[in-house]
Amino acid sequence: MNYPIYMDYNATTPCLEEVVQAMLPFFSQHFGNAASKSHAYGWMAENAIENAREQVADLIGAKSKEIIFTSGATEAINLAIKGIFEVFKGKKQHYITCQTEHKAVLDTFKSLEKEGAEISYLSVNQYGEIDLEEVMSSIQEHTKMIALMWGNNETGLLHPMDDIIRIANEKNIILLTDAVQTVGKIPVNVSGIHMMAFSSHKFYGPKGVGALYIRHNHPLPKPFPLIVGGGHEKGYRSGTLNVPGIVGMGKAAEIQQKSIESDMDRLLLLRNKLEINLLKISGTKLNGSQKKRLPHVTNISFEGVEGEELLRAVNKKVAVSSGSACTSISPKPSHVLSAMGLDSDLGRASIRFSLGKFSTEKEIEDCVSHVQQIIQELRNKS
Amino acid sequence: MRVYFDNAATTAMDDRVIEAMLPYMKLHYGNPSSVHSHGREVRSAVEKARKKVAELINASPSEIFFTSGGTEADNTAIVCGIETHGIKHAITSPIEHHAVLHTLEECAKKGKIKLSLLDVNQKGEINLDQLEGLLKANPNSFVSLMHANNEIGNINDLNAIGNLAKTYGAFFHSDTVQTMGHYVHDLKTLPVDALVAGGHKFHGPKGSGFLYVRKDKKIHPFIHGGAQERNMRGGTENVIGIIGIAKALELAYEDMNGHRSHIESLKKRFIELLKENIPGVTFNGRSGDLEKSLYTVLNVSLPPSEENRGMLLFNLDLHGISASGGSACSSGATVGSHVLRALGHDPERESVRFSFSRYNTLEEVDYTIEKLKELYAISV
Repeated sequence: MNYPIYMDYNATTPCLEEVVQAMLPFFSQHFGNAASKSHAYGWMAENAIENAREQVADLIGAKSKEIIFTSGATEAINLAIKGIFEVFKGKKQHYITCQTEHKAVLDTFKSLEKEGAEISYLSVNQYGEIDLEEVMSSIQEHTKMIALMWGNNETGLLHPMDDIIRIANEKNIILLTDAVQTVGKIPVNVSGIHMMAFSSHKFYGPKGVGALYIRHNHPLPKPFPLIVGGGHEKGYRSGTLNVPGIVGMGKAAEIQQKSIESDMDRLLLLRNKLEINLLKISGTKLNGSQKKRLPHVTNISFEGVEGEELLRAVNKKVAVSSGSACTSISPKPSHVLSAMGLDSDLGRASIRFSLGKFSTEKEIEDCVSHVQQIIQELRNKS
Repeated sequence: MRVYFDNAATTAMDDRVIEAMLPYMKLHYGNPSSVHSHGREVRSAVEKARKKVAELINASPSEIFFTSGGTEADNTAIVCGIETHGIKHAITSPIEHHAVLHTLEECAKKGKIKLSLLDVNQKGEINLDQLEGLLKANPNSFVSLMHANNEIGNINDLNAIGNLAKTYGAFFHSDTVQTMGHYVHDLKTLPVDALVAGGHKFHGPKGSGFLYVRKDKKIHPFIHGGAQERNMRGGTENVIGIIGIAKALELAYEDMNGHRSHIESLKKRFIELLKENIPGVTFNGRSGDLEKSLYTVLNVSLPPSEENRGMLLFNLDLHGISASGGSACSSGATVGSHVLRALGHDPERESVRFSFSRYNTLEEVDYTIEKLKELYAISV
């Protein structure tokens, strides 16, 4: 099978060869259950898990005991949000999040709304930025959590995490951040954050593994477990540990810690080249802010073309998406771009290009000429 | 000699399963929700896996939901089954796996349900008359009873339980983690509303599982966010896990009778040799009865011995034999097995669970018996 050029690294990334190699022994000879305390197979698996926990903790400046392994970031987010809701169950509860969050956060809050939680969905400006004044004015006496993503999956915009951390700590409110798009991609440090969810397959590790960072030594409550039975992961998350997956995530974390800076520098140049050239096409517009954003993402709207047709045509040679993969089957325009004020036609005719470790200069050039040609063809047709 | 007799905790992966998974790590790495060919190729592999699983257990693909394992699947069935169907009363037994027992206890603690525990006798058997009485007294109950016990191997009659549940309009969930891939499940005839699997119990990968939910008993999602698994389970699919569990189940069904007769011969010999060589040996639950217990599990109760007190498992490990005291999920805890406690097992005696797979041999059984004899200082 001949795949097109891959420019959808925000949706998922391939596993690195070193990651696969690190996982293999835990598929075959070291197959023990990490909870088996009575024999060497179990100890071997447990050691591997603890080693991975340190690798993952190191990447984000955490202590290893603050890392809870899950089946992915979505589960981690569900655990964090529903787990805090359970702590305060029966009391008046208010949460602050933003309209441009990932569905994992939005859908989870929607489920809590049905159970009586009150949610403020912060608005954003045309660049996708939140207003810190609005964060402040949304805070109520019974606000239990602020949940804001670190980097947006569709536009790459980075929220002002330092300011958000400051506000949450001043007001003594739990801060949860969905850092799926930033961990392993840009330097991330958990200092001041109470909970942080992230996922292995976004930084060259395997799918089916993620983690929730739960900060220790602070007086605010920690979440009740979502999945119970067995008491694994200090009781936060039961179920036999996915040993090879976790080993893979650890290895990917270790590798990315070393190569994050050089990846960023290289991808920034490639992204800028891609963006500058695509924006030279008439009737194009950058979605998001050029200032604070991930170095490997650009999101561009194309006027005068039909969204679905555009995506299909681009995808013939370049694998891209019109938004989050998790919602890409839906014909609706992206909720992120809608929140930024894009009309629905233009929202649908927007494409997210996200680059990664294996992106090359040649791919950028091929992508640009392919898109140029398609836009011309589509516009001529109409 | 290195002997792995803890296959109820987890099993070695079949090489063919690993081979099936590997291409989905580096080559076919797309996100199945992506609409481009990287994504579509993987989506089609995931759906093929679902179809395969459905076919093997005679269900419809729309009734299969992939999860991160048996525990998540049990939690989903219980929490969401109870919520969706407005259930106020649940029935289970005290020897269920903690994935079931703790989940139901949580639901009771939160005031969602009243929980009734069936009595178990010294052999770990439940009483169907008692179940029927509770079902009669509590319409629209939730029944959760495992197919086979992970510690003592007792097998429940799912048909009898399921028919009672049906008669009284109850939702019947069964934790089938220990039987999936080892016994045939035919959902066209089996009166079960929800059952679960964990891939790593039948030579598939850890971190993979599935939940079967009967079409007419649909339940709400447990993990929100994203439209994956037809809106039933948010989160990017664990593609290699899904490919792996389907392949493992396929291999299990391919030669289930062959595997079974081989493993049964191991268990039979193990029982015979123990009886012959270790005076005072007994078997916990029904595990000594080949007809009434899992062919993969033998839970042995050994007479008190000063040399081995609390040390038997470690002594076995020193001889290269891996076994366990009970469920791996609680084997770190010092509280001992809740299953054996429920059976009134004498805590002075040593209990060891030996659990077998198709990769074990008769030589391993003989070797283990020799070592047990040495540990109990029984001269030949």
